[in-house]
Amino acid sequence: MPFQQPPLPFAMDALKPFLSKEQLHYHYDKHHAAYFKNLNALVEGKPEAEMPLTEVVIQSAGPIFNNAAQAWNHSFYWDCMKPGGGAPKGDLAAALKRDFGSVENFKKEMTEKAVKLFGSGWAWLAADPNGNLEVLPLGNADTPLKHGKKPLLTIDVWEHAYYVDYHNERPKYVEGFWNVVNWDFVEKNLAAT
Amino acid sequence: MGTTVQTKPVSRSTKGTEEKLVFSLPPLPYAFDALEPHIDARTMEIHHGKHHAGYVDGLNKAVSGRDLGQPSVEELLAAIGTLPEEIRAPVRNMGGGHANHSLFWTILSPKGGGEPKADLAQALDRELGGFAHFRESITKAALGRFGSGWAWLSVEPTGKLVVESTPNQDSPRMHGNTPILGIDLWEHAYYLKYQNRRADYVQAIFNVFDWDAVGQRYFQTLRQVRGKK
Repeated sequence: MPFQQPPLPFAMDALKPFLSKEQLHYHYDKHHAAYFKNLNALVEGKPEAEMPLTEVVIQSAGPIFNNAAQAWNHSFYWDCMKPGGGAPKGDLAAALKRDFGSVENFKKEMTEKAVKLFGSGWAWLAADPNGNLEVLPLGNADTPLKHGKKPLLTIDVWEHAYYVDYHNERPKYVEGFWNVVNWDFVEKNLAAT
Repeated sequence: MGTTVQTKPVSRSTKGTEEKLVFSLPPLPYAFDALEPHIDARTMEIHHGKHHAGYVDGLNKAVSGRDLGQPSVEELLAAIGTLPEEIRAPVRNMGGGHANHSLFWTILSPKGGGEPKADLAQALDRELGGFAHFRESITKAALGRFGSGWAWLSVEPTGKLVVESTPNQDSPRMHGNTPILGIDLWEHAYYLKYQNRRADYVQAIFNVFDWDAVGQRYFQTLRQVRGKK
C-alpha cells in the first residue's frame, strides 16, 4: 500500500462536545479510510504510486485527484484540531491582523465563507506566494495546493463532517470549530511558507 | 397523491394591489415515517422541514422585490441564462433545491417499489435497454457523483429518456431536459440511516419509487414536448 492513513492525532472522544465519538468514527474510520483505500487501488502500478501524496494532489485529475486530495485534506483537518483549542499568538496573530484587520475579522470571514459554501467542500486559510493570507472556500476535494497556495487551516464542510451531531445546522458546527483549533499547527504552517 | 407536476408560485396581494412572487414549501404527501424502513422518519422530517424549507426561503429572498412576472420555479430554472446576473446563482442553488425536492417527494411513496408499467416500461425497454439496465445505469451515475448532487431519469427535448447526474442543486431543466425521477445524493438525504453507505441508500430507494407518479410525469412531459414540436 503506497499511501497509509495517518493515525488520528487525538482520541476518538477527545473533541467532545464539539464532535461526538460516533461522528469522528464515521469520518475517520469510514470516509477518510475509504479515500486511502480508493486511492491505493487507483494508483496501483502507476507512477503516482511512487510520488509523495502532495505531488499526486498537485499533478492528478479526476478520480485519482478526488481521492488523493480527500486523503490529504482530512489528514490536514485532523491536525488543525486539538482538545482545548486556544488563541493565535506571535507571528500568526500579527499576520492575521495585517491581512484581515483583526483576528476576530478573520474568524468572521472564514465562518461566513464556510457557512455559505454551497454543497460539499472546505473553507481554507491559505498563504499566497507573496505570503498574503486569504480565506478560500473550495468545492468538493479542491485544495489551495492545486492553486499554488499554502494551506494553513481548514474546516471540512462536507455534510458528513457534522451531520451526526448537527444535522442541517452547519453554522453551529462552524462556530464550535473555533473552540478546538490547534493554533500551534497553523503557526507552524505559516512559518514554513 | 403526488400528481402535481409543476410547483406553482403562490401569488398573494401585499400592500394594495402589488403582486409578489412568493414560493412556498409544498406539504409532504405522506407521513414522515411512511417510507420506513427504507428512509427513516427523522431524515424525512429534517430533509423536508429544514433543508427544503431553507431552499424555499433562500429563493424567496433572491427574487424579493423583483419584477419577474409569475413564473414557476421550473420556468425560472429553464430561463436561468436570461435572468439578471446577480440572481442567477441563488436561483440556480435555491430554486434548484426547491424544484428538485418538490419533485423528489412526489416520486416516492409507501406503496412504491416494483417496476414501471405501460408506456414508461415500454420506453425504458426501447430507449434504455429495459428496467434492469436502467437501474444499473442510474445506480452507476448515483455512485459516481462525487460530492453533493442528484442522479436523474430525464426526458430530452426530443422526447427521449436519458439517465444523467448533476452537481449540487443544478436542475436538468437548466439544459433543457425535464426530470421525471431523481435520487438525492446530498449526504443529508441519507446520512442518519446510511452514513457513508450511499450504495445501500441507492439500493433501498428503489423500494419506494412511485412508478405510477413517474409514469404520469413521463406522459405529461411527452405531451408538452410534442406540443412544442
